[in-house]
Amino acid sequence: MNFLDYYKILGIEKTATPEDVKRAYRKLARKYHPDLNPNNKDAKKNFQEINEANEVLSDPEKRKKYDQYGKDWKHAEEFEKERKYQEQSSNNQRQSYSGAQSEGDFSDFFESMFGSPPGSGRSRQVKFRGEDYYAELHLDLIDAFRTHKQTLTVNRKNIRITIPAGIENGQTIKIAGHGGKGVNGGPDGDLYITFSIANHPEIKRLGIDLYSTVYLDLYTAVLGGEITIDTLSGKVKLKVKPETQNGTKVKLKGKGFPVYKNEGHFGDLYVTYSIKIPTNLSEKQKELFTELSES
Amino acid sequence: MSTMQTEYLISVDEFCANHNIEISFISSLEQTGLIEITTIKKTGFINAEQLQQLEKFIRLYYDLEINLEGIETITHLLQRMNSMHDEILMLRNRLRLYESEF
Repeated sequence: MNFLDYYKILGIEKTATPEDVKRAYRKLARKYHPDLNPNNKDAKKNFQEINEANEVLSDPEKRKKYDQYGKDWKHAEEFEKERKYQEQSSNNQRQSYSGAQSEGDFSDFFESMFGSPPGSGRSRQVKFRGEDYYAELHLDLIDAFRTHKQTLTVNRKNIRITIPAGIENGQTIKIAGHGGKGVNGGPDGDLYITFSIANHPEIKRLGIDLYSTVYLDLYTAVLGGEITIDTLSGKVKLKVKPETQNGTKVKLKGKGFPVYKNEGHFGDLYVTYSIKIPTNLSEKQKELFTELSES
Repeated sequence: MSTMQTEYLISVDEFCANHNIEISFISSLEQTGLIEITTIKKTGFINAEQLQQLEKFIRLYYDLEINLEGIETITHLLQRMNSMHDEILMLRNRLRLYESEF
């Protein structure tokens, strides 16, 4: 738990008037409000800090206490006595902005000095959806290939979710009602999970299509033959045409990635042949190649 | 074969009473096309799917004191931001095709 410089957070001097505080707060609230900064975790953190700073600096009593004891916040007993006295003697209706119902997340520093944070002016009277939670889930390509269940721990609660096959890297899904508790009887928020899918060492994905490189020996490339390759759905036999050129692409229909939420539908797998030139040739082999080159 | 879908509607009067806001604000949002109101037997209803967006408009208007024109502009810009975000994601995923090849 660290000391928070509320003046610095609002970008004002210690001599700032209540109007200066209000002006600075409004300006920063508009800049960092979560509604105006979707997917920006830093903005949310900043917004909580400025809300907290405003809660203290716009209240003459809290500001006085903060100015007097702020840096010595560890003297909790003294503060606590004063806090209890203040709770009995004042009932301030402070105006603070609600940021998608997350305004309650004040710092430990705040709570040690002033007790539990208050709700915002409006949210005390009205029903609000709970805060939305955001989480990131890391999968590998093979996990994303099949529909499977996974248990997540979000805010100390275990949630078992079904991840449909074909989920995309960076895609976000919503789990309704698994966010923060609603305010004043409002509905619970939602949980948003963004998937981060790691690259596969041999198979690349683009949407529903897969791309892989298969190494062919020179003899199979020249004379043709049959090879077995690995795909995400198992091994597949492929016929190689005689005189196959390096870089030839072959499309394997339906051997790609599953289409998200469209069971039984798959993209294609594109195989690129890379021909390996033999090394460590024996004298006999060299002779045969020379013979070939002269024929 | 067509399937019937259940729509969850909340009356505008009830919503405004619960959120402590004026009905005229909801009407203004409808006039600017930011939300849709369904009228059944002369009573206005809001589709529950719009609730999240509507609560956001309320926060912008009442908490941040942004006027309707500002809300319209912000909504438009956020939509653009979202589509650009999707495009960046698509391009990043495409880029992964070429990563680790060099």
